[in-house]
Amino acid sequence: MLLFLTRRILIALPTIILISIFVFALQKLLPGDPLLVLAGEERDPAVLELLREKYRLNDPIVVQYFTWVSNALQGDLGISLRTNQPVTELMLQKLPVTLQLAAMSMIFALVIGVPAGILSAYKKGSLTDYIANVVALSGLSIPNFWLGIMLILLVSVKWQLLPASGYVPLSEDFLQSIRTMLMPSFVLGTALAATMMRHTRSAMLGVLSADYVRTARAKGLTERRVVLKHAFRNALTPIVTLTALLFGELVAGAVLTEQIFTIPGFGKMVVDAVFNRDYAVVQGIVLVTAVGFIFMNLVADALYFILNPRLRGQ
Amino acid sequence: MTETTAPMMQEQLGKAENRVWKKFRSHRSALLGGILVSFFVLIAVLAPILPIPDPATTSWSAVRKAPSMAHWMGTDEIGRDVMARLIWGAQASLLAGVVSVGIAMCLGVPLGILAGYFGGWTDAIISRCTEALLAAPFLILAIALAAFLGPSLTNAMIAIGISATPIFIRLTRGQVLNVRSEDYVDSARAIGLPTPKILRRYILPNVLPPILVQATLTIATAIIAEASLSFLGLGQQAPAPSWGSMLNTAKNFLNQAPWMAMWPGISIFLVVLGFNLLGDGLRDALDPREH
Amino acid sequence: MTLLKPTLMAALLSATALGLAATGASAKDLRIGLQSDADVLDPDQSRTFVGRIVYASLCDKLVDITPDLEIIPQLATAWQLSDDGKTITMQLREGVMFHDGTPFNAEAVAANIERSKTLDESRRKSELASVTSTEVTGDYEIKLHLAGPDATLMAQLADRAGMMLSPTAAAEAGADFGLNPVCSGPFRFEERVAQDKIVLKRFADYWNADAISFDSVTFLPIPDTTVRLANLQSGDIDMLERLAATDLAQAKADASITVADAVSLGYQGITFNIGNGDKSDNPWGNDKRLRQALSYAIDRAALNQVVFEGAFAAGNQPFPPTSPWYDTDHPVPARDVAKAKELLAEAGYADGIELEVQVPNTTVPLQLMQVVQAMVAEAGINLKIVSKEFATLLADQSAGDFTASQIGWSGRVDPDGNIHGFVTTGGGLNDANFSNADVDAALNAARVAPDLEARKASYDAARDVLIDESPLVYLYHQTWIWALSDKIEGFTPYPDGMIRLEGVTWSE
Repeated sequence: MLLFLTRRILIALPTIILISIFVFALQKLLPGDPLLVLAGEERDPAVLELLREKYRLNDPIVVQYFTWVSNALQGDLGISLRTNQPVTELMLQKLPVTLQLAAMSMIFALVIGVPAGILSAYKKGSLTDYIANVVALSGLSIPNFWLGIMLILLVSVKWQLLPASGYVPLSEDFLQSIRTMLMPSFVLGTALAATMMRHTRSAMLGVLSADYVRTARAKGLTERRVVLKHAFRNALTPIVTLTALLFGELVAGAVLTEQIFTIPGFGKMVVDAVFNRDYAVVQGIVLVTAVGFIFMNLVADALYFILNPRLRGQ
Repeated sequence: MTETTAPMMQEQLGKAENRVWKKFRSHRSALLGGILVSFFVLIAVLAPILPIPDPATTSWSAVRKAPSMAHWMGTDEIGRDVMARLIWGAQASLLAGVVSVGIAMCLGVPLGILAGYFGGWTDAIISRCTEALLAAPFLILAIALAAFLGPSLTNAMIAIGISATPIFIRLTRGQVLNVRSEDYVDSARAIGLPTPKILRRYILPNVLPPILVQATLTIATAIIAEASLSFLGLGQQAPAPSWGSMLNTAKNFLNQAPWMAMWPGISIFLVVLGFNLLGDGLRDALDPREH
Repeated sequence: MTLLKPTLMAALLSATALGLAATGASAKDLRIGLQSDADVLDPDQSRTFVGRIVYASLCDKLVDITPDLEIIPQLATAWQLSDDGKTITMQLREGVMFHDGTPFNAEAVAANIERSKTLDESRRKSELASVTSTEVTGDYEIKLHLAGPDATLMAQLADRAGMMLSPTAAAEAGADFGLNPVCSGPFRFEERVAQDKIVLKRFADYWNADAISFDSVTFLPIPDTTVRLANLQSGDIDMLERLAATDLAQAKADASITVADAVSLGYQGITFNIGNGDKSDNPWGNDKRLRQALSYAIDRAALNQVVFEGAFAAGNQPFPPTSPWYDTDHPVPARDVAKAKELLAEAGYADGIELEVQVPNTTVPLQLMQVVQAMVAEAGINLKIVSKEFATLLADQSAGDFTASQIGWSGRVDPDGNIHGFVTTGGGLNDANFSNADVDAALNAARVAPDLEARKASYDAARDVLIDESPLVYLYHQTWIWALSDKIEGFTPYPDGMIRLEGVTWSE
């Protein structure tokens, strides 16, 4: 187990280094002078030059890269050009927001996806299976941002049931916090529910035809018990693994959802930063999400390892 | 030796095709997908000859008018016919899906074959780069690339294509690893066939089916990605229509003109659903295992 | 009944304990929806319009303006200009305290002007360029020595250049002042979460505390106009700035919402590249008749109607027609396609000509230019829209990589700020690189003009040339539209687009 994880981490290292190079190269790629954007209507060339020096934008790109990496290793990802706030601090502010969105979306995905998957596997080939499949695919096919604006139009504008935007921390007002996040996490959750349902279905199909399920049936256990206890428990491994993997996808999905619902999380921060050419913020977020993604992959591998008795023996 | 094996394989292939088609046809949802996709492809292709108003003609007296006999899907913020723009927009959206996936395949498949077939350092370098790209969220990568290239439909397609490349590299590599050790590849190597020929004749055809399935599914993703980029102002540029850019404008008039947002959204949904169903059907049909 | 009594008592007790009964203030948090997030909260470094809206509650200035743009006292109670126009003597308000307890006095003013002029990151340097030195002549009196007469200075002191920061806090924090700004305004800084909210709390020791009736103000950036309005209608926010003109009907139809508006001081238009780099050497940069033709081909009233439902103001000058600085000799021209065609023919383009205009890739500018595109097509101008991200557009514009650019200006109180930098030779905002000796002379004269009539005459003289040369074709002036909960009373719209909370009350 330990050996396996060490190996995986060693492989991840060059990947992370590559990511940091990609991320940094973005700065040279993006057109437009960040300070000019920043200056907006107030462009004083002397001040711009001073700031360029201050943020070391005049250094050779390689020097800038190594400065950035060595600072990043010490937890300092630079300062947002726009608000002067440290990027690390900004991200710590946003982390709970995106995590709450991700967690609530995941709950939606699990609550919809898993039962639907079990049902459609159990009733394989029936109309139920067919409908569940089309519904799941529909969830996957609806553009998130469109579903978002339509929900805002109906639920917030027309019926005035839920807030149209914003974020309230859980600690401040628990109920309002959940209410505010309900629509965005539903939007994000629907797409994931589809993936979840399809994986659950195929995992269940594999298990339902296995010997021990047949044995359990032969023993005269109720169908309910057979399906939920024996079959589902064994189908759980790929589902749990997938859940870990999907967290990475959630962050990507959050990009537009946060934009639509004006949720101050990672996704909104990174898009705004790209448009404002706030390099330090873009670099910081992409680096951290990418590392997070690789970490979740490791977790998924480890879970697979732990939950799969056959692998454990080896 | 090759002369004798080739016809045999052809014959087998022919049989397989037959079986594939039969399975595909019996797959009702795949058929539905095919119909949806064909419908949108058809209206996109026929856009120039369909009896619809010009999608660029503005009318100050018909700004944001609800659907009526004159304008079946209403008019937009400067009095253009929404249906006409929807139909012409189908061209942009479908093109974006197909071209960006084409780009991703042209880049990804050869790299995947190289990585899988040669292994060693080639594999290590390509694989690490792939993982690095995969780790950065797809849409963020596409947004950054599109911002770098400048907002236009072509650039959005390139950005999406590059962002989708690692998926194809990884898939192809995995498939090649499976095929590489098959007997017929070994024997081809044994008789001293040059590597490019082995790659072209034995590896590529055998890894292609799952790649085609992935391509169909990725077209669905790419259409949504183009819509997302256009929604952020980075895709198709005014006055030319695309579904994403129509939505981008429409979100400012949600209350006054909900029809502006409704139709493009439904269209994206249907065509993406079509490609997803189609890809699913293809996967089942091409899967040699029986479900 | 018996149950109610203790509750009522408790409520009354707590109200008195908080001192609310004494001031008549409600314990209300006023929530304001902004169109975008503010940048750094340091008046000396700040650049954004929304940042100024936050300052209106956070930082007092030496002087303020009336809705009619007259300069009135705020922290300076009176001021006198010397006969040679080179010294301003200011008397300052006594008993004013900064949020950190530092007293406000002449020394504080001197320190603030020093900071604005010398801080590396300061964006206020050019605004205070005419001030050569300050001289503290009493605890509450200060003299500003100027290089020469400067008619624009008082207006600068009515904005960020005149905002007073606590000298103690500023000295301590240096360039990081914006992370925790300390001023002397009605509210003090409490907390900021980027892209989420800026919270200000009532400052109990404010010199004009009686005029303030809110416990706190929360600014929430909500970029989407539809969402912003939805938040107001559902009561999640109490007021919003920059309501979309197209949402006006909906807001007015809602009985719980009131609407206020004021024509802004800014403008939107098309800037041509007259002499900025090689790209300026094109028919549009070389021949003023083409630029005039474009102007004639546009129906400004219809443009305003189609894009803004008539809520904005059509315009052809940097100043809106309602402004006292507007040159009435050149009224907003009616559309004249024949005249436009004639001018094109004269310039040798009877068969039409192409014009490439760069446009920010956001909804309103794109919609605007598509309408313009349709209008000018009828005159034979084939307008090509090249949409760019704002970042790229600005960079290309200042590098001279454009033929024409759709861009505007948010507006300044003093007319000089809306024209001088754009059309004088070497002006800081003159991306067109337009250069005309007569315009330079007239606009420089306006800066030092002894009285309003002389200033107006100078601006009119410049306008005569500028209308003919048309380096900028002005299209319209935005109207600031605020939507408020009907429980808010006493809100006054200002043409600078700020939200001043003095005298604004909340009635349940």
